[in-house]
Amino acid sequence: MRYVDEFRDPEKAKTLFREIEALAQRIETKDGKPLQVMEVCGGHTHSIFRYGLEAMLPETIELVHGPGCPVCVLPMGRVDDCLALAERPEVIFTTFGDAMRVPGSRKSLMQAKAEGADVRMVYSPLDALALARDNPEREVVFFALGFETTMPSTALTVLQAEAEGIANFSLFCNHITIIPTIKAILDSPDLRVDGFLGPGHVSMVIGNRPYDFVARDYRRPLVIAGFEPLDILHALWMLLKQFAEGRCEIENQYDRIVDGDGNRQALEAVAKVFELREFFEWRGLGSIDHSGLRMREAYARFDAERRFPVPQVKIADPESCQCGEVLKGVIKPWQCKVFGTACTPETPVGALMVSSEGSCAAYYQYGGGKNGRAGVEAAE
Amino acid sequence: MCLGIPGRIVEISDAANKLALVDIGGVKRPVNSACIVDAEHPVERCLGDWVLVHVGFAMSRIDEEQAARTLEALTELGEVQAELAAMRGSGGG
Repeated sequence: MRYVDEFRDPEKAKTLFREIEALAQRIETKDGKPLQVMEVCGGHTHSIFRYGLEAMLPETIELVHGPGCPVCVLPMGRVDDCLALAERPEVIFTTFGDAMRVPGSRKSLMQAKAEGADVRMVYSPLDALALARDNPEREVVFFALGFETTMPSTALTVLQAEAEGIANFSLFCNHITIIPTIKAILDSPDLRVDGFLGPGHVSMVIGNRPYDFVARDYRRPLVIAGFEPLDILHALWMLLKQFAEGRCEIENQYDRIVDGDGNRQALEAVAKVFELREFFEWRGLGSIDHSGLRMREAYARFDAERRFPVPQVKIADPESCQCGEVLKGVIKPWQCKVFGTACTPETPVGALMVSSEGSCAAYYQYGGGKNGRAGVEAAE
Repeated sequence: MCLGIPGRIVEISDAANKLALVDIGGVKRPVNSACIVDAEHPVERCLGDWVLVHVGFAMSRIDEEQAARTLEALTELGEVQAELAAMRGSGGG
């Protein structure tokens, strides 16, 4: 738990809290239930918990922590595919550190590494390419994951590999795309969310126009936000102002980084290398149409899925796990049957307990939110 | 991975491939600058620029004050330490 005095600009934070409180009193919600605001980005979730923002907000505002952590939503079957690649003797399997602990059906990459697979953590796909350059007798596979924020980096690395004629480098592509994901959430029948905080760095790449349908077709306002606590409060204030004034628009709080059109160079590289898959499987949310990317035919030689046998076995989420309902705000993390008992950060059952940006792990660690602490204690 | 980290371009190491050396919290590392250069701001003019770096790619140009503020916020979140550790340990067995 943090205090307002610890914010970078405590006066501004106090003013924002006061104005949020005043606006919240003016807003009438359906059936007297709290106003639900979903933050889509895992970075926001992390910040919200780190600063204990939720507990400082009025009772009439409820934050729902959305699917924005790409590590959390990776299905078990894809982790098993990683293991199949990593356990090939000729392969050096490279990955961002975040993915090491994600459980597959048998084990994680971390366990595979302990058992002798050549799995290496890299900071950047460029470092994976350097490994390929330095180890021409080995096959270097990079585990490409993330939303639009990391897509340009892997696309540009493939283009670099092509330019240099490096033949022993490939991607295992698991990129996911934000717009179909938000649409799938909006289409789910049990959804209650009233408005959204939009992701900052995804929007830095795609711009703010792709969100127009959220306000136009689904009548939900969305404000793109930076990840600092003051950014989040400011964006929340902008969102509440829309409710209070009866507006429903896409607004941009993070305009120091995000503009309307996004990053042209990044989008061009992504479009050149990747295309949409018909559907992609998510942990907790099931299959979502057009939500994943694969490599275009022209880059088949850099595609690990085409170059190596990959099992591609679909493995259902554990039945006890209620990640999907948590993601959509239908239940709170501590209301899940296995939260804090069978499912903990050390032995995660569900996606949201996997990384510190997942909402269950964050509740478990920080005990944040109005009932979070009590929830953790009750579960224990 | 998703929050990025600010740094300052201190050397253009390979103009043809748009590679630059960026000082990130005292660690110098090669960064691809393809996403922040265009005809109006070619790679040669990037020296001294403050940029937001995501997994080894400069994704956005920012000003010095923003860079300092962002770095402060990321330090609070424990992200700076994590990013620098990932950079130092990258690619090792």
